[in-house]
Formats: sequence, C-alpha cells, structure tokens
Amino acid sequence: MSQHSSRRDTVPLTPYAFLAPALIITGLVVLVPALRTFWMSLQDLILYRPDAARFIGLGNVIRAFGDEVFWISLRQSLLWIVLSVGLQFLLGFATALLLNQSFWWRSAARALIVIPWALPSVIIGLMWTWMYDFNLGVLNDMLMRLGLIARPVAWLADPDLAFYCVVLTLVWQGFPFFAVTILAGLQSIPADQLEAAEIDGATRWQRLRHVTIPGLADIIMTALLLRIIWVANSLDVILLMTGGGPGYATHTLPLYAFQKAYSAMEYGYGAALAVILTALLMVVVMGYVRRSSRGIAT
Amino acid sequence: MIDRRTSLRRTFELHVPLAMIVAFALFPYLWMVLTSVKPDADILQWPLRYWPSQLTHEHYVTLLARTSFAANMGNSLIVAVGATAVGLAAAIPAAYAFSRFRFPGRRALLVGFLTANMFPIVLLILPIFVLMRMLGLLDTFVGVIAGHATFAIPFSIWMLTSYFAAIPIELDEAATIDGASRLQAIRLVILPVAMPGIVTTAIYIFITSWNEYLFAMMLAGQDVRTVTVALQLFIGEFSIQWGLLTAGGTLVALPATILFLIIQKRLTGGLTAGAVKS
Repeated sequence: MSQHSSRRDTVPLTPYAFLAPALIITGLVVLVPALRTFWMSLQDLILYRPDAARFIGLGNVIRAFGDEVFWISLRQSLLWIVLSVGLQFLLGFATALLLNQSFWWRSAARALIVIPWALPSVIIGLMWTWMYDFNLGVLNDMLMRLGLIARPVAWLADPDLAFYCVVLTLVWQGFPFFAVTILAGLQSIPADQLEAAEIDGATRWQRLRHVTIPGLADIIMTALLLRIIWVANSLDVILLMTGGGPGYATHTLPLYAFQKAYSAMEYGYGAALAVILTALLMVVVMGYVRRSSRGIAT
Repeated sequence: MIDRRTSLRRTFELHVPLAMIVAFALFPYLWMVLTSVKPDADILQWPLRYWPSQLTHEHYVTLLARTSFAANMGNSLIVAVGATAVGLAAAIPAAYAFSRFRFPGRRALLVGFLTANMFPIVLLILPIFVLMRMLGLLDTFVGVIAGHATFAIPFSIWMLTSYFAAIPIELDEAATIDGASRLQAIRLVILPVAMPGIVTTAIYIFITSWNEYLFAMMLAGQDVRTVTVALQLFIGEFSIQWGLLTAGGTLVALPATILFLIIQKRLTGGLTAGAVKS
C-alpha cells in the first residue's frame, strides 16, 4: 500500500523535472515579456517619461482605430501576406512539379534552389538593395539593355513601386520552402494512383487536379499556415530595405509597432499595436497548432 | 523522329523553365560574390561591366584589416554556439519527457511551446530589452543568447520530440532490463539513435542565430556586436563602397549556406511532419 502511494507520488514528478530548465528559460524570455507587453499596452507610457505612465485600459487600442497609419499598415500587411505567400506558393509548387521528374541535373537543381532560404535577412536586404540601386543597379542596366525602360528607375524610392519590389524579394526568399516541402509531399503520392488515372484516360491537367492536389492538400495547408505566420511576423527585410518608406509605402503592422516603440519611444502604443497583431495572428496560429498537434496523445 | 520530338518537348517543359527558376534563385547571390571580387573601377562603370576585368581580393583585405569585421564574426560564432548549446541543453531533457512520459498538462505544454515559437518578435523584444537592462546584461553574450533562446528552445523541443518519439520504447526497456539507470538509458540508447536529428536541429539553430538581426541589434552594443548588425552599420557608413559591403555579405552568407546545404534534406521532414506520434 505504501509502495503504491509512493509510486503515485514520485513518478509523475520526473517529467516535470526534465522539463524544468526549458520551462524556466522559456517562461523568462517568452511568457513574462509577452505578459509585460500586454500590461504596457494598457498604459500611456513614453520611454523618457516613465513616471508619467498612467493606466488607460483600451485607450491605445481605441487610438489605433482612429490612427490612419494603423489602417494603412494593416491593409498593407494583408496585401503583403496575400501577395508574397501566394506567389511563393505558386512558384514553389511549379518548382516542385518540375523537380519531381527524373533528369540528370535534378539533385543539383534541388540543392541550388534552397540557397535563398539559408541567407540572413541583412544579406538579403543588402543584395537586393544593390540590385535595385538607382545609379549602378543591375536591374536598371538589364532592363535598359533589353529596351524595356528608357531611363533608370528609382525602384525603392518610388512610393508606387517600393512595396512590390520588397514583395519580389520576399517571394525570392520564400519560394524554396514551398518547393522543398511540396516536393517531399509529391514523392509520397503512390505512383500507381497516377498510373491508374492515366490508364483511365485522364489528361495531365486532370491528374494534377484530381489526384496530385487532393493528395497534397494536407501538406500544402500546413506549409501555407506556417509561412503566413512567418511572413506576418517578419519585419527585418522591410526594415533593412526601406525602413517602411518612402512615406508609409512599405509600412506593415509589425514594422509600425516596432517603429512606434523603438524610434518614437511610445512604448504603450507600440505594445498595443504588437498585441493587436498577435491577436489577429492567433487565428492562424490556432489553425496551425490544431493541425500539428492532432497526433499528440494526452 | 518521336525521340527528337519528345526531347524537344522536355527541353521546353522541363529544362528551360527549371533553369530559369534556378537562375532566379542564384542570381542575387552570384551577383554579390561577383561584385566583391571586382576592382572599384569596374563596379563604378556605367553601363555595367558584368564580368570583372581582373579578379581582386582587395575588398576582403580592406574589410578584415581596417574594420572590426573579423571580431564581429567571432562574436557571432560565440552567440550562435551559445544559443545552440542552451537550446539543446534545455530541449533534450524536455523532448525526452514529452516522448517518454504521459503526465497531466503534457498536451497543453507541448502546444504552449509550439505557440511560443509563433509569437511575433515585436511582442517580446522591448520587454526583453528592459529585462536585460535591469539585469545588467545588455551588450553581453549572455544577453544576446537569452534573446535567441526565445526561438532556439521552443523550436528544438518541437523538432526533438518528434525525433525521440520515433525511437521504439522497447530500446529503452531493453537497456533498463540490462540494469541501466534512466540517465544511462538516455545517454547510451536515445542520444546515439537520435543523433542525426539532434545534429540537424543544432545546425538549424546555429544558422538561425548566426543570421538573426533584430535581437542582436537591440541587445548587443559594441562589445559583443554580431556580424549581421555590423554589416548593417557598414551599409550606413560606407554607403557607396559596394565592393566592401558585398565582400562582407559573402563572408557572412558562406557558413550559413554550406551548413544549410548539409541539413536541408532532413530538415524538411522535421518541419512539416508536425504531428508528434504518441
């Protein structure tokens, strides 16, 4: 009897002991900061006047709803996610379909296309800013040689173009992720299903539409959700390429939150913007988490 | 005849489009490397001179001799090794617990770590800055590594739990029957079998930490400035010296590229497998 109860008391503690270091550190650097940001978002707090902080509840959120730049940033965030994730996906899908055939330079091609994925955002910003350069950029030179433009274009300084230039950079950075994950999915589709469809007279397009895509639906969904989260959170490439400008042309919500808190030192308002972003994103995160944790036994 | 027609078709349906995609993926990188070995006179020529008149390493020499770049690379190395060590040290026991025990709160904690990995960086970065300032850890390796722990630990736990869960529990039981303690079973059975997964996870954290910019920018000052932050400052400082900047870019990109090519195949499985089998 006593042995039984001691087993019951001690055994369940072991896993918590194993988890303790991870829980303590993650609590300190993720949970506590996140809660602090929530708390700050409820206050009117400016860095150089910490004593003047006062509790204003949802005042910052209400301020955001009346802030034109907030709406500009939110709209551009949505466009940014739809365009860059959408194009990353389409190009990645096409690349995966091409790579899913056998030819002599296949493994070389597969290795080379992942390179953009490996690079630091600072280098991505650097190389693309260099290519978009007004005076010496290779993009202007190529387009002029091809006769597509008559004079150099100031790609990143033009409010109508800067946003799409940064989107192109993001597409370049992100399509390898889709290519590689979708390729892995393609290779898991049984070949006999495709053969059976071919024997039944299905065209290539019909096979893609009715066999391949349904077979990939799961992996595509997971990859899309993961990528949406990454792109929605990421602000470093924009920050490094345009700093959100010219004007507000490349502002997105995380960038605006960062600038308010970091440059304008309006901690309270910046925190509120970060909280709004997190709240919007949690819908997508929940979708991803639900898919990813389906297999967890309790 | 048929042979020629199919091979022509293959050229236009496979080789040409794929070659264009590979060129798109590689061009910015190659252009950076090519600029870094061009003499300044070539770089400043308009219309552009694509192929260098001669190869030069002058930009690399200037960069390493006249700037703090070498020291910054050293700092990045220490931070990335530190983040990898902290990530693994916390995640290996945690992943073991998740894969080998059933306990109250298991699912909630596992989901919690996954969600922690998805938090926007803007939600965390200011309070971490304030916390580090309070602890006197601004501009120290410990401070930057703590910032990188925000992604290193949750990511490693998620990856390692699925690797550990794939190891049959019968292996641990066999070791225990042979008289091994729990820690011996982990050291002699689990770790060796899971080593490929552990190495993949370690390299991925190393690359992510080496590449990271925002935390390093906020938390490191002059003493421990990492190479990504240093490069960004150079962009402001040497705004038109593209030879120098691209040389720096090439040196920073190289380790990440090589390591990534080593792990990329195994990484894909881990990232999308998602479900942790019970």
